[in-house]
Amino acid sequence: MSDTLAAADLIKIEAHIDAHKGLPGALLPLMHAIQDDIGYIPEEIYPQVSKAMALSIAEVHGFISFYHHFRTHPVGKHVLQVCRAESCQAMGSEKLEAYIKAKLSVDYHNTTADGKITLLPVYCLGNCACSPSVMMNEEIYGRVDMKQIDDIVNEVIHD
Amino acid sequence: MIKVFVPRDSTALSLGANRTAKAIQAEADKRGVEIVLIRNGSRGLFWLEPFVEVETEQGRVAFAPVKPKDVSSLFDANFTDALSNTAKEHSLYLGLVKELKWLKKQHRLTFARAGISDPVSLDDYIELDGYKGLKNALTMSSEDIVKAVTDSGLRGRGGAAFPTGIKWNTVLGASANQKYIVCNADEGDSGTFSDRMIMENDPFVLIEGMTIAGLAVGATQGYIYLRSEYPHSLAILNETISKAYNAGYLGDDIKGSGKSFYIEVRRAAGAYICGEETALLESLEGKRGLVRFKPPLPAVEGLFAKPTVVNNVISLATVPIILDKGAQYYADYGMGRSRGTLPIQLAGNIKQGGLVELAFGATLRELLYDYGGGSATGRPIKAVQVGGPLGAYLPESQFDTPLDYEAFAKIEAVLGHGGIVAFDDTVDMAKMACYAFEFCAIESCGKCTPCRIGAVRGLEVLHKMTSGQDYEKNLQLVRDLSDTMMSGSLCAMGGMTPYPVLSALNHFPKDFESQHK
Ligand SMILES: Cc1cc2nc3c(=O)[nH]c(=O)nc-3n(C[C@H](O)[C@H](O)[C@H](O)COP(=O)(O)O)c2cc1C
Ligand code: SF4
Ligand code: FES
Repeated sequence: MSDTLAAADLIKIEAHIDAHKGLPGALLPLMHAIQDDIGYIPEEIYPQVSKAMALSIAEVHGFISFYHHFRTHPVGKHVLQVCRAESCQAMGSEKLEAYIKAKLSVDYHNTTADGKITLLPVYCLGNCACSPSVMMNEEIYGRVDMKQIDDIVNEVIHD
Repeated sequence: MIKVFVPRDSTALSLGANRTAKAIQAEADKRGVEIVLIRNGSRGLFWLEPFVEVETEQGRVAFAPVKPKDVSSLFDANFTDALSNTAKEHSLYLGLVKELKWLKKQHRLTFARAGISDPVSLDDYIELDGYKGLKNALTMSSEDIVKAVTDSGLRGRGGAAFPTGIKWNTVLGASANQKYIVCNADEGDSGTFSDRMIMENDPFVLIEGMTIAGLAVGATQGYIYLRSEYPHSLAILNETISKAYNAGYLGDDIKGSGKSFYIEVRRAAGAYICGEETALLESLEGKRGLVRFKPPLPAVEGLFAKPTVVNNVISLATVPIILDKGAQYYADYGMGRSRGTLPIQLAGNIKQGGLVELAFGATLRELLYDYGGGSATGRPIKAVQVGGPLGAYLPESQFDTPLDYEAFAKIEAVLGHGGIVAFDDTVDMAKMACYAFEFCAIESCGKCTPCRIGAVRGLEVLHKMTSGQDYEKNLQLVRDLSDTMMSGSLCAMGGMTPYPVLSALNHFPKDFESQHK
C-alpha cells in the first residue's frame, strides 16, 4: 500500500511542504493541506516534515496524534460523522448511532468492508437547533431519522 | 423582477435548502415566471427552514418551511405575488417577516443584518450600514476606540465574560514590533451556533470588527481560528476576506488611511481544548494544544510571544455597531453588569430552535416557552444545560433565573456562550453526568493531573455508584474528586467539568438512586 503511495503522492506532499515553508505556524495548515489532498498523513513523511519545519520527529508525531481530525491511515471513500454531543443526545442520537453502526456493521473509527464509508464520532456540528445531525463528507443533515440515514448511505454507496 | 430568497446557512442546507432553491428555479423556468433567486443568510428561525421569502412593496413575506414538494403548489397560489389573496391562503404563508412575533420582540444588534441579504455581497453589506463603525474608527485615536468598547460594557461572549475594553487596553499599552488579533472561532460547545451564524450570514461584520480591533491596539495581523467542522463557514470567510482585500477594506492603506490590517483563516483540527485561548495560541503556532500557565496573559505575551487580543467571534462582531451607534447605545440594553445583548441559541429538545438575540435579563422560562414553544417531543422539559458541556444542568425550579452573568454565578451556573440545550423528562441525568466526565476524559489536554486522571476516575466511580456499589461512599468520592478538580485544575476544562456532574447530582438525585435500589 505505502509503496504505491510513495511515487505519486510523495511529489504532491513535497509540493505542500515547499508551499508552507516560512509561513508562521506552518505545521497546522500543512497537515490540513496534506490530509485534504491524500486523505491522511502517511507516517513515512514525518522525516521530511520534521526537517522542513525544524522539528523533531517526536514533535511531529506528538502534534498529529494530539488532534482528532488528523489520521495516519487511509479512510474509506466517504466519511460519515455522527454527532454525539448533548443537544443531539437530547433528540435521540444514541439510537441513531446504534442504528448506523448496525447498518454499516462497523464501530467508530472503522471503515466498511467494501472500503466505502468510514464512521467517525463528532462533538457538535453547530446544527443543534435541528438535532440530531450527521455530516456525510461535507454535506450536513439535520433532524435526521433512520429512514434518512438509509437515503444518505444509499446515495454514496452506489457511486 | 420579483426577488425570492432561500437561505444558504448550514442549518438551512441541512434541511434541504439547496434542493428547495433548485426546485423553485426549475418551476419558475418551467412556468415562465421571471424571478431573481437570492441565496440570503438565515434569520435563525431554524425550526422553519427552509425559510423562503418573497419581496413585496410592503416588505418581505415568508413561506416556510418549504420542501421541494411544496414548490408547485406555491406557484399555483401565485406566491411570487405574495400580497395576493391566493398567496395568503397557502398553508405555508406566514405573513410579513418584520411582523413575525418571534423576530419582532428580539433586540437584533449583533445580528442586525443576518438573514437579510446575500452574505457574500460587499455592496449589500455597505448598503445595510456596514463599515460605518470602521469609518468612525478611522477618524479616532486608538485610545478613544478602546474607550468606546470599554464604555459599552461589552464582555467577552466566548464564555469567561471578561470586559473586552480592558483586555484591549492591556494590548494597546504593551509595546512590541508586532501585535495580533486572534478571533476564536472554535465554537466547540454543544448547543451553540451563533459564531457559525455570524460567519455564514454576516461575515463582513466579523472582518470589520477585527479590523477595528487592529486599529484599537495597533495590530496589523489577524487570524481566525476556525473549527474544522464548519466547511461552509470556511468557504464564505475566504470568499469575503478576499473581497475585502480587493475593495481596500483589508491590506495596506485601508481606504486611504495609511493603516494596514491583514486577516488569514486557520483551520483547527477537532480538539475541544483548543477553544481555550492559550491552547488555541499553541495550536496556531503549530504545536499540540496544551494549555499554558498564566501569567503571562496572552494580552502581554500571546501568539509567537507577542501581545495578542484573543476574542470570540460574537465579541468582535459586536464592535462595529458600538463604533457606529456609540457606546451608550449598546450599554442602554441589559441589566446589572451584563450590558448589551446576548445572542442566545435554543437547541436540543425544543420545538422552535434557533437564534434569539435579546438584552440581558430575559428569563430561561421566557426563552424555553415563549420563544422555544416547549419541547420538540411535547413532553415536559426536565432539565436544561446552559453554557456548553462545562455548564450546569438547571431544573425547572431555576427557570426563572434571568440571563445575567452574575445571576447565573449565584446559582453555580454559567451563561457561557449562550447555548441552551433542553431535555425532556425521558433524560437520565446520571447518564448525562457520566457523559460529562467521559467528554472531559476525551478532550483533556493532559497537562494537569486533576483533570487528566480525575475525569477517568470520576467516570469509574459514577458507574459504580449507579450500579449500586457502595452508593454513599462513592457519592462522597465523586464530591471529593469534584472539589479537587475545581480547585486544582489549570483551566476550566477540568475546573468546570464538575458543574454538570454536581448539578445533575444535586437537582436530580433520584436518577442516580433509582438504579441502585
Ligand atoms: C475548555 C475551554 C474551551 C473554550 N472554548 C471556547 C470556544 O470554543 N470559543 C471561544 O470563543 N472561547 C472559548 N473558551 C474561552 C476562551 O478561553 C477565551 O476566554 C475567549 O476566547 C476570550 O474571548 P472573549 O473575551 O471575546 O470571550 C474556552 C475556554 C475553555 C476553558
Ligand atoms: S484542566 Fe485539563 S484541559 Fe485544562 S490544562 Fe489541565 S489537563 Fe489541560
Ligand atoms: S450537538 Fe449535535 S450538532 Fe451540536
